[in-house]
Amino acid sequence: MAIEFDQVSKRYPDGTLAVDDLTLTAPSGAITVFVGPSGCGKTTSLRMINRMVDPTSGAIRIDGVDVTAQPAAQLRRRIGYVIQHAGLFPHRTVVDNVATVPVLEGVSRAEARKRAYELLERVGLSAALAERYPAQLSGGQQQRVGVARALAADPPVMLMDEPFSAVDPVVRESLQAEFLRLQGELGKTIVMVTHDIDEAIKLGDHVAVFAEGGRLAQVATPEQLLAAPADDFVAGFVGRDRGYRGLSFATAAELSVEPAGTEVAGLTLVVDDGRPVGWRDGTGRVLASAGAFTAADTLRAAADLALLSPAGAAVRVGADGRVDGIVRHAAIAEVIRRRQVERIAVEGAGADDRSDVEGSSELGERVSGA
Amino acid sequence: MSLPGDIADYLSVNGEAVRDSLIQHLWLALVPVVIAFVLSLPLGWAVVRFGWVRLPILAVSSVVYTIPSLALFLLLPGLLGTSILDPLNVVVALTVYSLSLLVRSTADGLASIDPAVVASATAMGYRPLRRWFAVELPLALPVVLAGLRVATVANVSMVSVAALIGIDSLGQLFTRGFQLNFYAAPIVIGLVLSVVVAFVFDLAIVVAQRRLTPWTRAGASR
Repeated sequence: MAIEFDQVSKRYPDGTLAVDDLTLTAPSGAITVFVGPSGCGKTTSLRMINRMVDPTSGAIRIDGVDVTAQPAAQLRRRIGYVIQHAGLFPHRTVVDNVATVPVLEGVSRAEARKRAYELLERVGLSAALAERYPAQLSGGQQQRVGVARALAADPPVMLMDEPFSAVDPVVRESLQAEFLRLQGELGKTIVMVTHDIDEAIKLGDHVAVFAEGGRLAQVATPEQLLAAPADDFVAGFVGRDRGYRGLSFATAAELSVEPAGTEVAGLTLVVDDGRPVGWRDGTGRVLASAGAFTAADTLRAAADLALLSPAGAAVRVGADGRVDGIVRHAAIAEVIRRRQVERIAVEGAGADDRSDVEGSSELGERVSGA
Repeated sequence: MSLPGDIADYLSVNGEAVRDSLIQHLWLALVPVVIAFVLSLPLGWAVVRFGWVRLPILAVSSVVYTIPSLALFLLLPGLLGTSILDPLNVVVALTVYSLSLLVRSTADGLASIDPAVVASATAMGYRPLRRWFAVELPLALPVVLAGLRVATVANVSMVSVAALIGIDSLGQLFTRGFQLNFYAAPIVIGLVLSVVVAFVFDLAIVVAQRRLTPWTRAGASR
């Protein structure tokens, strides 16, 4: 169910070029994020997939079939659609909102509502909310209903237009996490639009960066985007600290640990019943520890703890929360350096989009297995 | 004789005539509003959908409302080829008045809908006609029904004017009282019945509104 854009352009009657010769494939079963500043044509491109906007030239194909091959209404019922503020029907209860598309498709109302209840549970909403109206729900709850409604007819393709931008950061974080968990179970082909590069990097399997004038500036995995932006525009848009943010894509498992009792810069880790308490200096004073990471965390989390530690060393704990070693700045820096050498070597070999990511996770497994 | 006594007396003698006037009044008040309501839906839709019809339709509806009802009752036989005593004149005239009120409220109601909701309905796979009845009309109802209440009550009072051209309605009771040298009994009966009719119609619409738009009260109860 890959979505292909084939030399697609959109020019409005006033002459504005919204999308300029877009050729791009959103792979099947993956999340492709369109990101860019406002007016870059990302939403227009998204809306051309379900024919809310018609291209001026070029073709869009889903699973090899041109989207204009069937009536627009038919096409749209097979494509889930989630927008900012959810766009729920204010005059229908939550459960009836979710049942919308199946009812349109001729499923009986009772059957559609039954399935809607299951979906509400699936997106983490209690059945008690089902008979309420959208106005009685919080923004985050409405957004969940929006996702449930888009999933109701089990469409293979989902389009999401700024789905998480209208909620506060804490709610956004939990919605994003839940969305990734859901996608892990469902494996839909998803195209999402956002103006938030951090969201794109967090959620996307592939990120398409759009520039002003509807030009596609780069398509890459999030890791590649941080490591090797195609041009100054992308580098500027991706923002600062690319190197540091890129560490989110590496596992902390490859870090080699030293015994917990090792003295570092005159400080020794104090452990109470297996838990890290702080660092004791020569005078017996204990400085608070910044926390601990596990082998399942990212390299970024480990590096951050080392930066915060008074000893310049991050504490690693096992799955049971008991200290199993410490890692110094220098050890982390060395792993980052080796990783960088490996990445540049892979890119030099002309690798495709995916091998880079797979390469690093293989490295992680190899080291952690050793 | 006291007024209550006069009223009882009048009703015992003319009870049947009063009842006929009341029934006629109900019909003449109701039929034009129903016709105008049905006509206002496509017209209101056109006003919102096509920018260029907005100005002419709303301008005409404003002008129509300034024509005195008595003048319209007298003009219509000439235009329609009906006799001056034909109740059709009254029905047509009141339909025109009601429509000029309703077309505005229907257009306002449809224009008040969040475009994002309509767009999401389209993206769900609604075809335009079904979307209009399933999404747009229900969402416009609070404003549409508010307009309907005004038009209905206005209509109930305007039907009485038709008595001046000899059409039977509760207005007959006013002309009768006038002819009987301001005999109060029929005037009071006509007045009370008019108010009761207007109140009952208004109540009926309010009840319908509560049943049809439960979601408008949901937000407040949060």
